[in-house]
Amino acid sequence: MSVITLTIDGQAIAIEEGATLLEAAQEVGAAIPTLCHLKGLSPVGACRLCVVEVEGIPKLLPACVTAAAEGMVVHTNTDNLQDYRRTIVELFFAEGNHVCAVCVANNNCELQDAAISTGMTHVTYPYQYPQREVDVSHPQFGLDRNRCILCTRCVRACDELEGAHVWDIAYRGEHAKLIAGLDQPWGTVDACTSCGKCVDACPTGAIFRRGATVAEMERDRAKLEFLAQAREEQQWTR
Amino acid sequence: MSKTVVIDPVTRIEGHAKISIFLDDQGEVENARFHVVEFRGFEKFCEGRPMWEMAGITARICGICPVSHLLASAKTGDKLLAVQVPPAGEKLRRMMNLAQIIQSHALSFFHLSSPDFLLGWDSDPATRNVFGLMAADPDLARAGIRLRQFGQTVIELLGARKIHAAWAVPGGVRSPLSEEGRAWIRDRLPESLDTIQTALALFKDLLDRFSEEVASFGQFDSLFMGLVSPTGEWEHYGGHLRFVDSQGNIIADGLREEDYQDFLGEAVENWSYLKFPYYKPLGYPDGIYRVGPLARLNVCEFMGTEGANRELQEFRQRAGGRCATSSFFYHYARLIEILAGVEEIARLVDDPDIASDRCRAKADINALEGVGVSEAPRGTLFHHYNVDKDGLIQKVNLIIATGQNNLAMNKTVTQIAQHYIHGPEIPEGLLNRVEAGIRAFDPCLSCSTHALGKMPLQVQLFDRDRNLIAQVQRD
Repeated sequence: MSVITLTIDGQAIAIEEGATLLEAAQEVGAAIPTLCHLKGLSPVGACRLCVVEVEGIPKLLPACVTAAAEGMVVHTNTDNLQDYRRTIVELFFAEGNHVCAVCVANNNCELQDAAISTGMTHVTYPYQYPQREVDVSHPQFGLDRNRCILCTRCVRACDELEGAHVWDIAYRGEHAKLIAGLDQPWGTVDACTSCGKCVDACPTGAIFRRGATVAEMERDRAKLEFLAQAREEQQWTR
Repeated sequence: MSKTVVIDPVTRIEGHAKISIFLDDQGEVENARFHVVEFRGFEKFCEGRPMWEMAGITARICGICPVSHLLASAKTGDKLLAVQVPPAGEKLRRMMNLAQIIQSHALSFFHLSSPDFLLGWDSDPATRNVFGLMAADPDLARAGIRLRQFGQTVIELLGARKIHAAWAVPGGVRSPLSEEGRAWIRDRLPESLDTIQTALALFKDLLDRFSEEVASFGQFDSLFMGLVSPTGEWEHYGGHLRFVDSQGNIIADGLREEDYQDFLGEAVENWSYLKFPYYKPLGYPDGIYRVGPLARLNVCEFMGTEGANRELQEFRQRAGGRCATSSFFYHYARLIEILAGVEEIARLVDDPDIASDRCRAKADINALEGVGVSEAPRGTLFHHYNVDKDGLIQKVNLIIATGQNNLAMNKTVTQIAQHYIHGPEIPEGLLNRVEAGIRAFDPCLSCSTHALGKMPLQVQLFDRDRNLIAQVQRD
């Protein structure tokens, strides 16, 4: 396999061809915030939080789905990028109904972390206060669409790791929403194996363990990574 | 010409309110009204939420007494799960409620009300506050602040934060008290006991000089409602509801919170966002009743701890009967409850159950309707939820302590205004007494309207044709 060389934040790096800019940046220790990305799942570039600047290219590129190329000069942490990222996080907050204070995922939420890391002090866009449904028909888990940011991590975890494909995104634009089965109550979807991978994949409090109270949702992301890696490398013990 | 005085905003209370005083042609007070001018809407926006979140959401109604909502909500959740809370869970919840009563009462007495008693009703309003108290009597101010800190820290030791700890959950509590927490509480108990005993001695001394206030600050007959234990002991968490009249006769006993709609009605007036609950069998407004520290001491037979019980006997002697009917005695009752709280915590902290991790019962939705009750510092608090089969909230009704004192607060304001105000020229010190009548109830208006608010006061003076002729405002 051939190796390419590029510069990230002034550091020269050599990396295998085919690697993404996100992987390359992680190699040099450049912290790029992500939300829809989850190691072990296919990247989709949905949230745009990982945008970076590449010299010679007039638009911002999402690092998670952009392949590193020979001779690229990449900037991951400019003032301009910080502004864009903070704007993206503000738009997430304005679009849904994110009330951290009473959320099951408070203190354990990647959207909250992103708000902190991007320096979001308030939301400058008008809150949309959408009317969204809560589904707690599943005996073990619950879905609160008020907190869903449509990152599709649950959709991919269920499809790619569990192979059940319970989740999909229905409708478009502001009407887009996460649906179970054929847009039916989660508890009635026969395909669901109740494995809980979507619960571990969710970055916010949208998918949670039923009965969880404020700030009680903890997730086991390492387990998902372990499963993804074991599957790829066929490390099954039984 | 008749006139109306308006006090807006009312100061040193928790929430935003104003008082209107209506004068007749002779300049005598005809009527006075305590208006609550906040509105929030918790009952509406909680609809559709999973019932497990309700304790955390409703605790946000108030920053002073979040624990009260937390417990009433968790107790409602217990009913929806149809579980019995493990003994450790109940004792831990009791400890947090006692800590809450201590800190809230200490705030009411030392920070908000004592400047009136200690610095004088007519002293300069600019320094008639806790800062003035610090300057005049730094030791007492420090002791009062540290007493409140004791209560707040017990809450933090149990629930990991002082305000809005989401620790009580349907079925019990999340975690027991740590050994370090126990040690801290034991260490601070003697000082807390000392402070409250000093405050009690001080207040009893003042009481002898405040006979005019005792006679005019809401001195009237009414019913009293509160929780009592099956043996008639003072309660703040469990037991059943009891009504007594001003002579101490038991009007109704053994009432279950589930049946509150049978004995409590809620009237609405177009001049306040705060509803007017009343005792249904007597109708509106004759069914006026009071809740809170005064009512709890009036409904119970005895206090559960020795020192507090001794104080209760003296309280009744000073009140001149089985029941204290002057709202000025709310302050006195509050101090006795702080003492009871400190003594009860001293007992609970040595209970082995307090460290047990068997403190949370888990179950799914087993009932579609539940009513939970707890004694908030300001009085009896009801939470009533209806849920669907999955546990999503369909309907919420909250009956808040301050609301239940609404009729009594209006009557108190009227009585004080009639006693002190004669003619359109009103000295500031007299207005302060009108406010102080409200402060005696330690109202929490953010809670009672479930509303967002600050703490100012406005008094407006109206003539007979309801024309505004004078206004006093403080922020």
